[in-house]
Amino acid sequence: MDLLNYFSQALIPVFILFTVAYGLFKKVRLYDSFVSGAKDGIDVIIKIFPYILAIFLAIKTFQASGAYDSMKAMLAWLSPIFNIPVDVFSIAIIKPLSGSAALGIFTDIVKTTGPDSMASRISAVIIGSAETTFYVLAVYLGAVGIKKTKYLVPVCLIADIFGIITAIAVVKLIF
Amino acid sequence: MNIIWFLLIAVSVAFSVINGRFDDFTKAMFEASKSAVEVSIYLLGIVSLWLGLTKILEDSGLIYKLSHFFKPLISRLFKNIPDDHPSITSITLNLLANIFGLGNAATPLGIRAMKDLQSLNPPEEKDNISFEMMLFIVINTSSIQLIPFTVIGLLANYGSQAPSAIVLPTIVATLISTAVAITVLFAFRKISKWTS
Repeated sequence: MDLLNYFSQALIPVFILFTVAYGLFKKVRLYDSFVSGAKDGIDVIIKIFPYILAIFLAIKTFQASGAYDSMKAMLAWLSPIFNIPVDVFSIAIIKPLSGSAALGIFTDIVKTTGPDSMASRISAVIIGSAETTFYVLAVYLGAVGIKKTKYLVPVCLIADIFGIITAIAVVKLIF
Repeated sequence: MNIIWFLLIAVSVAFSVINGRFDDFTKAMFEASKSAVEVSIYLLGIVSLWLGLTKILEDSGLIYKLSHFFKPLISRLFKNIPDDHPSITSITLNLLANIFGLGNAATPLGIRAMKDLQSLNPPEEKDNISFEMMLFIVINTSSIQLIPFTVIGLLANYGSQAPSAIVLPTIVATLISTAVAITVLFAFRKISKWTS
């Protein structure tokens, strides 16, 4: 595990070294090349910014208005039927919306139920195996100005729901 | 996205009326603007950084060689990308960064991949998403990170007996959910072909 962590950390420096060394070998004007590429960054961000703003607006107001709490309450009845800790639903709803909020709620769950509880384990696996879908959509689609997304959004949402069910099922089977 | 956005906002407004939380609602709006700026500034830094680095890769010609090298890895899924196209490299690098949990590299490389995929879109189709883009995004949103280091660190911090016990279930869940996501996407393509 430590070895893998070490390997992940070494990956970027090694990659950069390799890129620069090869560029040098091919007689690329490295500094000019880097600067001309980096210059495009600002155009990309100007394109993405309104999309990020729109998504954040929807997510933050969703949490602040109490809609998030009510949604949790609505799903709570599932908890005794499938024998799933109630806390799991708060993670399941928030993870596709916001990564930092999910980590905050996860920390609360670990604090209140203990690090080796079923709720902590299921939440951990959900966080590890799901992404902040709406943020990814905003950034990637915004960067290239795609307006017609065909069936992408429904596919992502269905996949998210399946992913969360899978995470719960896998933890229940293994522990 | 229009429907989802409308739904989220409409539900939020409705609930802030029911719960009498106008104050929180307004505060959240300004907070959202603030975090959008903060996230964008942060992205500006790392995206420019990686666009600079990948430009060196492009100017030295290495990106085409790497694409040739990576082609067998992703060509089974991404069928409509020409040989030696830069998007093969940017997609592969994004996927690798995701697998190893390097978020600071994954997002910028993903943006680069989207730009490369957009360059394959014909000029009159620039508003429309291509199947390759959808596939790329679906793999990204289903998460492919193998070891969730942040989560393990948190569990260990709060005195877990076996913080790495979640590694195996996470890998299994990640693999299944990504496979399901890809299958659902291909199923939708079939359905949309039948109906059109």
